[in-house]
Parts: sequence; structure tokens; C-alpha cells
Amino acid sequence: MMPNAAHSVPLPKRLLGFFAVLIAATAAFAVIGVILGMVGTFVFNGGSGVTWTFLSEFPRNSNTEGGIWPALAGTTFLVLLMTILGVPIGTATAIYLSEFARQDSWFARSVRFAVNTLAGVPSIVFGLFGVGFFVQFMGSGIDGFLGTSSFGDGSLIWASATLAVLTLPVVIVSVEESLRTVPRDLREASLALGATRWQTITKVVLPNAVTGILTGSILAVGRGAGEVAAIIFVGVTYSSESLPSAVTEKFMHLGYHLFVLSTQSPDVDKTLPLQYATTLVLLGLTFLLNLTAILIRSRLRKR
Amino acid sequence: MSNPFRSKHTHWGEWIAEWSIRLVASASIVVIFLIFVFVFREASSLFIPKKFVEAPSLSATSSPNAEMVPETYGEEPAVAETPTSGEEGAPGQFIYSPKNPHYPEIYNPDTGLLPADIDVVPADPEAEAPPVQIGLTENLTSNVWQPVGEVPKFGIIPLLIGTAKTTIIAILIGAPLGILAALYVAFFAKRWVREIVKPAIELLAGFPSVVIGFFCLVTVASFVQDITGLPYRLNAIVGGIGLSLAVIPIVFSIAEDALSSVPKSLHEASLALGSTEWQTAYRVMLPAAAPGVFAAVLLGVGRAFGETMIAIMATGNAPLSSWSPFEPARTVAATIGSEMGEVVWGSEHYGVLFFLGVLLFVVSFGLNAITELYVKKRFIKRFQGQ
Repeated sequence: MMPNAAHSVPLPKRLLGFFAVLIAATAAFAVIGVILGMVGTFVFNGGSGVTWTFLSEFPRNSNTEGGIWPALAGTTFLVLLMTILGVPIGTATAIYLSEFARQDSWFARSVRFAVNTLAGVPSIVFGLFGVGFFVQFMGSGIDGFLGTSSFGDGSLIWASATLAVLTLPVVIVSVEESLRTVPRDLREASLALGATRWQTITKVVLPNAVTGILTGSILAVGRGAGEVAAIIFVGVTYSSESLPSAVTEKFMHLGYHLFVLSTQSPDVDKTLPLQYATTLVLLGLTFLLNLTAILIRSRLRKR
Repeated sequence: MSNPFRSKHTHWGEWIAEWSIRLVASASIVVIFLIFVFVFREASSLFIPKKFVEAPSLSATSSPNAEMVPETYGEEPAVAETPTSGEEGAPGQFIYSPKNPHYPEIYNPDTGLLPADIDVVPADPEAEAPPVQIGLTENLTSNVWQPVGEVPKFGIIPLLIGTAKTTIIAILIGAPLGILAALYVAFFAKRWVREIVKPAIELLAGFPSVVIGFFCLVTVASFVQDITGLPYRLNAIVGGIGLSLAVIPIVFSIAEDALSSVPKSLHEASLALGSTEWQTAYRVMLPAAAPGVFAAVLLGVGRAFGETMIAIMATGNAPLSSWSPFEPARTVAATIGSEMGEVVWGSEHYGVLFFLGVLLFVVSFGLNAITELYVKKRFIKRFQGQ
């Protein structure tokens, strides 16, 4: 080989190399361009619509005027309840996978497989599961048991439960990752000082993994806030006079509100400004949540 | 790791706590199992006489449903046809067989594995006196999806075509873009560029699909129509573009993971032999990471065909049996999403929608199993087994 290899390569080959890199770069920046274009469209068209009255008012005139307050509040209730239901389960699973499980054991492998499978199940299937299991089976079962009639229909609680199941893999993966960043030395030092394994986990490992649990929750909330397909028949409603006052009531949701405005409304063009503004709020919300999670995570990785 | 401290379990509280953690950890497995059971169960009301859906323990009035005309089923559900027990089934009625391997846990009246079906399935108004009887298998495999009407037609062929059409378009656009962007980030980009590009594309994964769908509806659709001058504003191309926006971040991050987990020694060896950076990237690293990249594309396929909101909003939603990308399409997921809201719970239509859900679940489960069991093993073997 000649010492200066680059000059020995014939021109067509050098051109080929140039194009090979150019194509890869174009692909990357095309994707970035689309993202910027999308965000730009919404900011440009919806920016002026996002006002305090828009955020704080009820929709009027069958969703053609007014604000998005009940959708915003409903989404918040939904993700809060979802976090309460899902994050403890996800955290416990992650603790098991990272602290207790022998990695080659049959049970640990099954749990891992189940988590990965769960992450790949289409969200609409979770919606069907919500109907079949939570509403029809659990809800009707509770009604039959208590003699009530409030659980056997789609409602806030069942939608939250469905989303908790849907976001379980997000929480598990994120918490497990953060548990793995806790140095082995800390665990061994704690055990060597005479602490039991349980004490080590609760007093040493978990406090160091709090950021991970936080990241997992934030990511799950981001996912849950934007998810429509999974809750579309499990309790979401397109219009409501008041905020839900009990977990067995139906609720409005930002994403579903946008879906209804843009596809089911009798006069879609008239509500276009509302649609853009709603999109901007929804996107801004999920964007902020995901950005926070990514920032926390990258700080965590550097540690 | 084995636990040398097991003898320290002097506190019962801790022992209980640890075992409850183990128990909770099985939640994911339980959920997968429950999805199987409950989505299949609702779909199964199609394939068995309603008598067996109603739990025998609950309904004392389980008289043989005379009006339930037994239908001929194809090979798909494989419900046992042999009247095994001396139950009060009408002649020719399909009798549940406990030996049936396909639905062992769903409706087994003997073991009672099926918890009591509390909601009594309302009688289907359409099924009671349909003008023309169409066999279910025949109906499902027909070319017409027309669930509301005198004779409801549940031909899933147009839905399958629509799903395949939009998924193929999404993958044709999304997979190359995702993989090339991953190559760029992994090998060509400067460090500071990578630090921006990578999280930016990963942020796209966090975009709610309803937002992407709306973007397609208002912007991409007009854009495509301006270029092509098509009569339909919403069509499979627009849907495919929308789905590709959901596919790209998945393909990108998994392919990027795979590319950067190829051992550095391969990279260095290739450069040392005199090949350039791009030759190394395209001809050494990409083939070496092929199983991982393949997994990325498979998961992208899973995302594209299961995506609901983008498909509802951007494809035009017409169940046509046409492979033309310029005509509207309707996917399986979009059908469930748009019709489940109006359907009478327990009706035949309801059962068919759940059957479509079963299809989605089985395919996504299969795709995931392939990536988990086959691809990852290949990938690990390639770099650690040698």
C-alpha cells in the first residue's frame, strides 16, 4: 500500500465515498428537518391561539369555541392516577430484575421477555384489553360484588389502569437502567457492614436510583399524555360539562380532543385554529416531559 | 448472582417484602397472559355458540339456544367439532372440547378457568334474523368490509391489503432513512453534531401519534396532493409517510445501538487494511451489525402495522381491495379504533373487531419473539461466541 492511500483512490471511487457520506448525512438531516417543520408548523399556526383563556375555559358551542381546560385537567388526572398505579409495579419489577434475579434463571428471562413483548404490543390492543379485562370483567365484577353500577363502564380509573399497563415497560427499562448505574461497591460495602440485602436495597440502592424512577415516571407520563388509541373506548369522552369528580366518571383528554376536533367535527375548517392550539399544547407538554427525561438520563449516564 | 447472604433472613418482614417484589415482578407475565385470555375471549364469541360464553355457573337459564344456527368454520379457529360430552347441545352444535389446544384457558367449563362472565352478552339484533346467512369464514375472507347494514359483511381482506400497503410504504421510507441516519450518527458525524442529532431524532419517538396524524392530515396531505395532483387528499401514501415518522425513531435508535455495539477492533482492522471510513461503515460495520439492523426493521414493521391514530387520520379510511398506493386504505388497527366506539358490546361486529385485535396481538407477539429469540442470539453469538 502506498503511504498516501487517499490519493491513490481513483476519482470515481472518491466520488462514491463522498456520496456515501452525503446520503447518510442527508437522511439524518432530512429527519431533523421534518421534526423542525412539524414543530414549526404548530408553533406558527397555533402559537397565537394558546392564551390563558384558551387553557382555562371550557369548550363551548359543541367544541367549536372556547378552551381546553377539561381536557387538560382530565389528562392530568389520568396520568397522575396512571403513575400511582403503574410506577410502583414497574419499580418493583426493575428491582427484581436488577437486584434479585439470577440473570439466567427461567423466571427472570420470562419476565424480560414479557416486558419486551409488552413494549411491542400495539396500543389499540391495550385498548381492547382495557375493554375486555378492566371494564367488562373487573368493572362488572366489582359492580356485581358491591351492587353498584358505576364501575362497569369506561371511566377514569380503567383508562388509567390501561395506560399503567401500557407504560409498564417504559418504567421498568428506565428504572432498571438507573439501578445498574449504582456502583457494585456501594452494595458490597453495605452488605459487608452487616446490612441485610433488603436494607441494602431500600437504604443504599434505591436512594441512588431515585432519579431513574423519576425519569421512568416522566417518560411514562409523556407517553400516557399523548396516547389516544388505548383509551379511546375505555372512558374518554368528547365533551363534558364538568371536571370528573370521581374515578368512575368519564373524562376529556387532550389527544382525544384533538382527534375529535380534527376528524369528527361537523365544521373542521372553522375549528382549525383550535386544533393547532390544542396540538401545540399537547406537543409542548410531551416535548417538555421527554426533554426533561432525556436530560436527566444523559446526566445519569455520564456519572 | 448467587446469594451468600440468604442465611441473614432472620426478619420475617424482609422475607415477605422480597417475595412480594418477586410476585409483583411477575405482573408483566400476568398481563401478557391476561391480554391473551381476554382479547381472545371476546373474539371467541364469534366462533362458539353463545351458550358457552355465558358461564354455566352463572346463568341458570342456559337453555339450548335454538336460534343459534351453527355455522361452518374454517381451519382458523379450529374449534373442536366432535360432540364429546353428552351436553344439551343442539345437533351439529359445536361443543367445547377441553382437549382443544387452541383455547385451553379461555372457556373451559370443567376446570372453571374462565371466571364467570358477568356481563350477559346481549342478543345480537342482526344475527337474530339475518335475511341471508353467510358462513362466518366465508364472510371473514370475503372482499367487502361493510359492518353496518342489512347483511353485515366482515371481509377482512381489504383491511389486510390496506395494512400491508401502508406498512410497506412506511418501511420503504422509514427503514432506509432510519438506518442511514444511524450510520451517519455512529460513524460520520462530528461529536457535537451527534450530541444534537441523536436526542433530536429520539425526541420524535415521544411525539404523540395523534399529533403526527394531525400533521399528516393538515400539512402532508396538502403537500402530497400539490405534488401529485391526486383526486384523494388522504391516501395510502400520506398514511405511509405518517407511519414512517413513527417508524424512523425506532429503526434509528435500535440500528444505532447495533452499529455502535460492533466491536471497535473490526473498525480499526478495516481502517488498518487501508479502507476508507465510508467503506468501513458500509461494508464492514453495517454487515456486522446486520442482525441488529434487521431487528430494528422488524420492530419498525410492528410499530407501523399496529399504529392506530396516524392510520385513522391520514389514510382516508376506505376499505378498498386495491393495492394502489394512490388510493385510500384502511388498516386493521384503524378499523378497530374507529368502529369500536359505536359497536354494540357483545354483537358479532364486536367479536370481529376483537378478532382483528387478536390478529394484531399475534403478529406483534411473533415479531417480538423473532427479534428476541433469533436475532439477539445471532447477534450475541457473532461477537461473543468466537
